[in-house]
Amino acid sequence: MTQRSVGTESRATQIVLILLALAFLAFFLLLPLIAVFSEALKQGIAPFLDAVSNPDALAAIRLTLFIAAISVPLNLVFGITASWAITKFSFPGKNLLLTLIDLPLSVSPVVSGLIFVLLFGAQGLLGPWLAAHGLKIIFAVPGIVLATVFITFPFVARELIPLMMEQGKDDEEAAVSLGANGWQTFWHVTLPNIRWGLLYGVLLCNARAMGEFGAVSVVSGHIRGETNTMPLHVEILYNEYDFVGAFAVASLLAALALVTLVLKTVLEWRFDLHSGARH
Amino acid sequence: MTSIASRKYRWRTPSVLPGFGLTFGFSLAWLSLIVLIPLSTLFLKSAGMGWHAFLEVGFSPRALAAYRLSFGTAAAAALVNAVFGLLVAWVLVRYRFPGKGVVGALVDLPFALPTAVAGIALTALYAPSGWVGQYLDPLGIKVAFTATGITVALVFIGLPFVVRSVEPVLADLGKDVEEASATLGANRFQTFFRVIFPAILPALFTGAAMAFARGVGEYGSVIFISGNMPGKTEIAPLLIVTQLEQYAYDGATAIAMVMMLISFAVLFALNALQSARRRRLGA
Repeated sequence: MTQRSVGTESRATQIVLILLALAFLAFFLLLPLIAVFSEALKQGIAPFLDAVSNPDALAAIRLTLFIAAISVPLNLVFGITASWAITKFSFPGKNLLLTLIDLPLSVSPVVSGLIFVLLFGAQGLLGPWLAAHGLKIIFAVPGIVLATVFITFPFVARELIPLMMEQGKDDEEAAVSLGANGWQTFWHVTLPNIRWGLLYGVLLCNARAMGEFGAVSVVSGHIRGETNTMPLHVEILYNEYDFVGAFAVASLLAALALVTLVLKTVLEWRFDLHSGARH
Repeated sequence: MTSIASRKYRWRTPSVLPGFGLTFGFSLAWLSLIVLIPLSTLFLKSAGMGWHAFLEVGFSPRALAAYRLSFGTAAAAALVNAVFGLLVAWVLVRYRFPGKGVVGALVDLPFALPTAVAGIALTALYAPSGWVGQYLDPLGIKVAFTATGITVALVFIGLPFVVRSVEPVLADLGKDVEEASATLGANRFQTFFRVIFPAILPALFTGAAMAFARGVGEYGSVIFISGNMPGKTEIAPLLIVTQLEQYAYDGATAIAMVMMLISFAVLFALNALQSARRRRLGA
């Protein structure tokens, strides 16, 4: 690799291409990231802390954590069961099932929110029934959870399916023929094999669950202190021209993104999880 | 023994592993509950509107302008990402330089950064008084609150799709074909355009198509930078939200439906084009 062969560009060409790529990335990725933190701290640390410890901001942080704490485990369970069924057994219609699992990725976030409004909203299909029973889904927390689960639906399954497909089912078959039951097989054989891939999926799922904006915005109703998640709170502050406040809350989300990226990179390096086209 | 097995139709191939019924049943039920049933309300609601009403709200001048803008800017951004995504993937796979690990990780930033955060950051940069905008404004270049700004946001959102799609294919590409090409007298440009480029084209296509699909539906990163002028800088997802805020559920549904049908049609056409191309090449 270090030796220059016929199939390599001259070092000068390489440097030009590298600089071009780096300039593009610096301009389109790095600069916005720096802007978030710099705008948040524009007037010093005190306004930043004020904005972050504001009761509405704290309520938004709590709600975002709560939403992620519900939706991520739900998708974790779905991801594991779906991958078990898909990778350990062969049945017709498997490709259709895979396509349907990926469906939420090709639906606009706004449309993802809209479908729940059409279903559970005041004028929706089930709206009158819900109202009669005193249940509120749209413009309330359950709606936000539903929209978030929909948006992050494929995230864990998409990480696990290729991984478990590659690992095959020999280990599990050996365990079963040695007398292990299904749960023991999963817990002692499958789970140790897939744990890093699982963690990787959970990481991406969590980042999206905490950061989702479009779908949540449609179903939330933007009630301060009640149905306002962190990304929605950023929007409200920004539209009120409270830029320091907006960027302060945004910088927390950006920090979460950076932590996600670091953990993701560590997982890829340490456990050789290939980072192919997976989104 | 085989005759007994063959007499009875089996939907799935028999396996010694347990848990098919439970895992398959649960997955299907959860999929229906969260994805299929909610999505079907969109079709149900559209069907209930009647053709006349559907066409009227789904293809109003304002809606048409929004589709043009959304699909146009998404296509422009996908094109930019195809070029620069390929460059970034190439540099990351082929060359060695200090800080490469960090750069490789940074490529995924748009996947990890919440879209609203990206939206306000880009607006702060490209507004006429912003870091970048203040240098462009005297030159008469307006980015924020124009279609250019929307394209910039979609370039940000779509970049990792292209890079992550091209990277593995580029890494798997054997050096021997390039060396053969060079040995046969091709220069580096000829080798790239005649040998390497055709091999990575399908992956590039897929990545750009994914970036395009994401761009068409993108909302969070766009609405801050777009200015949201009806008929001018109003993207289709925003028009859906506007309709919803006015309790015009029919309008929102029709626009969502048209958007989804166009996206699926475009993706289907791209797929068909690609498989036709693959057949012609006999690969």
